[in-house]
Amino acid sequence: MNGRLFKVAFLHMNHGKNQSIPRDLEGLARLGLRMPSRCFGAGFPGRAALVLIAGILAAACGKRDGTVTVTVTGSSTIAPLVADVAKRYEESHPGVRIEVQSGGSSRGISDATAGVADLGMVSRALKDEEKDKLTAHLLAADGVCVVIHKDNPVRQLDKQQLIDIYTKKITNWKNLGGNDATIVVANKAEGRSTLEVFLHFLGLDNADVKADVIVGENLHVINSVVSNPNTVGYVSIGTASAEEKAGTPIKLVITGGIVPTMEAVRDGSFPITRPLNLVTDGKISPAAKAFLDYLTSAEINDIIEKHFFVPVR
Amino acid sequence: MTSSRNTSLSRSVDRVAGGILGLLALVSGGMVLLIVWHLFAGAWPAIEAGRLGAFFTDAKWQPGSRRDPQFGVVTMLVGSFLVTLLAVAMALPLGVATAVFHRFYAPAAIERWNRRMMELLIGVPAVVFGFWGLMVVVPAIVRFAPDTPGQSLLAGGIVLGLMILPLIALTSQAALQAVPTAQLRAAAALGLGRGRTIWSVALPAARGGIGTGVLLALARAVGETMAVVLVCGNIPQIPGSLFDPIRPITSTIALEMGYAGASHKALLFCAALVLVLLTAVFVASFSFRKNEADSGTGGA
Repeated sequence: MNGRLFKVAFLHMNHGKNQSIPRDLEGLARLGLRMPSRCFGAGFPGRAALVLIAGILAAACGKRDGTVTVTVTGSSTIAPLVADVAKRYEESHPGVRIEVQSGGSSRGISDATAGVADLGMVSRALKDEEKDKLTAHLLAADGVCVVIHKDNPVRQLDKQQLIDIYTKKITNWKNLGGNDATIVVANKAEGRSTLEVFLHFLGLDNADVKADVIVGENLHVINSVVSNPNTVGYVSIGTASAEEKAGTPIKLVITGGIVPTMEAVRDGSFPITRPLNLVTDGKISPAAKAFLDYLTSAEINDIIEKHFFVPVR
Repeated sequence: MTSSRNTSLSRSVDRVAGGILGLLALVSGGMVLLIVWHLFAGAWPAIEAGRLGAFFTDAKWQPGSRRDPQFGVVTMLVGSFLVTLLAVAMALPLGVATAVFHRFYAPAAIERWNRRMMELLIGVPAVVFGFWGLMVVVPAIVRFAPDTPGQSLLAGGIVLGLMILPLIALTSQAALQAVPTAQLRAAAALGLGRGRTIWSVALPAARGGIGTGVLLALARAVGETMAVVLVCGNIPQIPGSLFDPIRPITSTIALEMGYAGASHKALLFCAALVLVLLTAVFVASFSFRKNEADSGTGGA
């Protein structure tokens, strides 16, 4: 009996070994990540998990026949948003399965070009040579703004000042018209899209940045500013506006002469932004076209805002 | 005849129950192996690519830099080590003092109330400790040292110390309670005062149990994530003072895992593997100590 049990357990282990799935879900779940990022923000093993789970579900429900699959791949910034939209879409469209896989904007471009994916997710504007083959459909806009404490007298910072702050050429608020206090520089952790957008705007490599504090979530940046009023940080405009409205003592810093608002991101006047695009090549399946129409409709604005992006419709 | 049927029935019930329990136990135990295996499999691409050397020789941790990618993990090992050490240095005297007070000085009602508080403290979620640290401890540090970030080694040590304090206090109290009354009476009979008895008789006798509590606390502190990520500042550097930010290994994994590309992720799995090995060392020395203490008690 014991021998048999052992064999069962062993088979169980072997079974798990070939999937490379539990390690990811396990690890990420312990980090308290939300389900979408666990499945979609995590690159290959996450995708494998998704494929497996989808496969099990399809097998279990006996729906394998007659189900149409729409594959969406690309930017890990956009993937959690599209995954949330897909969840709602699948509820109202029982015959459709949306498969969302992240892997970076470049994967979105190559998959859409090669026809591997129905829709590619690209979190930047298309380059000229890409425009020949692909069509971009604007999904939403992503804006990043600089935040400081409400009691900090500084009102605006231009690009060069931000570069000097983040490379520690300016280290005191008094050199920027503020109080005589050392600036505490808060930077984002590696891989965050806000980090990429912000550094791209400043033209800096992350190795150039000399930070005092490195944080992960937008709200952690805001709480760091609240907790130490000499801190400067940057977050998604959606988060900052929501927090400011909720009475959190923060200030959205005017950059390039433009007040950071959702409207300024929408009309393109705010300098630290980027488009979140879906790309398609010439041939698109009816199911994919229907999902694309849903993605580019105002019906998903609530989901876009929930992910702290700016709706464009 | 009835009795023999009952026996055979209960024997087969036993066998089934034993089988089910055995399966459950093996699955539970197997999970640990499964996790370690997956950590190893996840780390393998980095090990295979020979990145492990850079892991220990690179000075900085900047895996996302296009110009100068570096993968040094030493600063984070030092960070984990220092913040854990500081936490224990804060929690050990406080915890043992609490235990001594509970065991020898406190009136029963106060002892019971305070012990409940300690038990409650164990149940407070780490993220709550972290948020409290960010909103209360960090501003206090900034008031004390105005030109520092506030999120620092000190903040991490204080918050972690508070988290492991009840662990040390409760295990120390249990150890003190296990000291035979005869020994304490003997000390009193020799004319030793209460203070002298505690210092020279009770604490030395409870040393093993207190040490076990400290080891448990160390294991908890080194693996703690949500609290430290909020208060340590997370700069991967060797701190020059208590007020400098540090980055423990757990913070790196928490901050970067969900956003890492393939090769970066393999490195994070490596870091996780190092952490698991560290914890394994703690657990091993914990059971070693426990065995030693058990056999010691048996001999006495």
